[in-house]
Amino acid sequence: MKLLNRSLIYLSCAFFFIIGIWSVIFYYNLKDEIRDSIDDGLENNKLLLIHQSKIDSTLLKQSEFGGNNFEIHPVSKEKAVLIKEVYKDTLMYRLNEDDLEPVRILHSAFQHNKNFYRIKVISSLVEEDDLVEDSFWSVVTLFLILVGSIIIVNNVILRRVWTPFYVILDRLKTYRLDQDDNPIDITTKTTEFLELQKASNALIKHSKEAYSSQKQFTENASHELQTPLAIIINKLELLLESENLKEEDAQTIANVIKMVERLTQLNKSLLLLAKIENKQFPNQELVSINKLAKEIIDNFEDFADFKNIQILVEEDSNLNVTIDPSLALILISNLVKNAIFHNTNGGRITVKFEKDGFEICNSANNVPLVEENIFVRFHKNTSKSQGTGLGLAVCKAICDFYGLGISYKFKENNHCFTVDFKKIISLE
Amino acid sequence: MKILIIEDEKELRETLVASLQKEQYVVEIAANYGDAIEKIGLYEYDCILLDITLPDGSGLNILSKLKVMDKSENVIIISAKNSLDDKLKGLDLGADDYLTKPFHIAELNARIKAVLRRKNLDGKNTIEIGNLIFDIDERTLFVNQQSVHLNRKEFDVLNYFLVNKNRLITKTALAEYVWGDQIDQADDFDFIYYQIKNLRKKLQESTADISIESVYGVGYKLVEK
Repeated sequence: MKLLNRSLIYLSCAFFFIIGIWSVIFYYNLKDEIRDSIDDGLENNKLLLIHQSKIDSTLLKQSEFGGNNFEIHPVSKEKAVLIKEVYKDTLMYRLNEDDLEPVRILHSAFQHNKNFYRIKVISSLVEEDDLVEDSFWSVVTLFLILVGSIIIVNNVILRRVWTPFYVILDRLKTYRLDQDDNPIDITTKTTEFLELQKASNALIKHSKEAYSSQKQFTENASHELQTPLAIIINKLELLLESENLKEEDAQTIANVIKMVERLTQLNKSLLLLAKIENKQFPNQELVSINKLAKEIIDNFEDFADFKNIQILVEEDSNLNVTIDPSLALILISNLVKNAIFHNTNGGRITVKFEKDGFEICNSANNVPLVEENIFVRFHKNTSKSQGTGLGLAVCKAICDFYGLGISYKFKENNHCFTVDFKKIISLE
Repeated sequence: MKILIIEDEKELRETLVASLQKEQYVVEIAANYGDAIEKIGLYEYDCILLDITLPDGSGLNILSKLKVMDKSENVIIISAKNSLDDKLKGLDLGADDYLTKPFHIAELNARIKAVLRRKNLDGKNTIEIGNLIFDIDERTLFVNQQSVHLNRKEFDVLNYFLVNKNRLITKTALAEYVWGDQIDQADDFDFIYYQIKNLRKKLQESTADISIESVYGVGYKLVEK
């Protein structure tokens, strides 16, 4: 839920309670005030009537309310003494409303010329249900107006106030440690957002340092391994040239050389991966994938012939792309090599140049590869393979570097790899 | 032939010395920047192997000094860094070649031979052994004045063997030289045997004075009969 909406909900709840309690209190206060005022009027009326009755004795004969708002009955002294001045709410029939309506009534008694009288004065009362209803709707209106104004205030003011926050958030969302160089820089005077910016930039800086030192580490470690590997290989090669070497010792040395060479290849691939990730291939040249692939296939022909593999090339279009030539070579030759070495004896390879993609398929043993593992580093399908398990990971790294798609499909007992060159295709 | 090795790593230096002495070269060494500067100032060398990462100075500085003395064209840079920048800088400063560690002894031999051949080029770029004349520029082989047809790969293979006469060439070294260092699937090197078989047949049929011997199943060696 958005911050704007959440604050709106909290504020609305708060207003609901505050206004609710306030309106109840206000209602009772108002009612009291009205009663007070009416009671004062009744008292005044009573005094006026008593005063008037001394002048006009016909008033004393008014024993029914009729059109007037009072009635007077003579009572005995004993009764009159018992009558206390009292204000009451009561119901009385009203002709105009044709219903019983609430009225305020004052019971009292007075003495006139040694006669005792009882007097009742009435005054129409505000209709309570009407008052409640009117008040309720005013309160609801007030509430709606308040909530409405909060929405407007939220949308206009808060949105403006929170803009720096959303800017920072957007930058963080799209921040790439390997691509963005500039720290987050927003224009705001709000302390909290400045703090947030500072904290984000500190975090980015730390991550960048960790990221680059990790990248640097792989590269440095690989470089440091090159010299010892050179010494081992060269010393063993010299040792193999010794005159008096026993056959089995020579075999052992040969096996060690093989292992060291595997280690060398592994190191080279790791170094290559690190270099791709460290963006050490800034060259951009126009490369014809058709030409390159055919050269590579030509170079590997001996391998293919040796395994009786037939290579078919289908050139539906010319793929010219803007890419670092050495990376293009590695990408295509890894795919071709893969297709040759993981082929069946007497199998076939189909290479297709499509409108914006390159596809290479090779015969399989009816078993599809596990798609999610194919491009994972050091993943090998068979333990017998002498490969480094990095060939396809390197392909993936190269494709990622240029934002190209590389995918695997198993179709008609063929392993098919497709590279989508759309992003770097040259239209010239 | 006099060769200077400028390399700070003792073990590698000694290995290179041992290997180069087998080729009958006079080998001198410089273990650091100072020694190297002194030696190149005093003596003439037919080939210099230069490690560009020295502890007390950059090999590229040595190269600049050699360039000033007009002696940089017979330098082979040996570097642990396969960095395009360094390579271009080195070649710009006149170095003849750039070799990335680790390398095979056979590969180093081939590079040194190429430098020496270019240095002593007297109009023809050929290797002559026994009744063979192997022309590197023309890519032809004559045995007893008779032309022997070699395909592209066979020519490269034979070339590698000829510059490494009497030396062991491992299958990997051969594969890397002929098929490029993109080759890394060691299990399929059996096919090299197939290539060698064809080459041997051609050499035998033309009664060449050389033969390619198998060495412990790990590699091959070219010997003069």
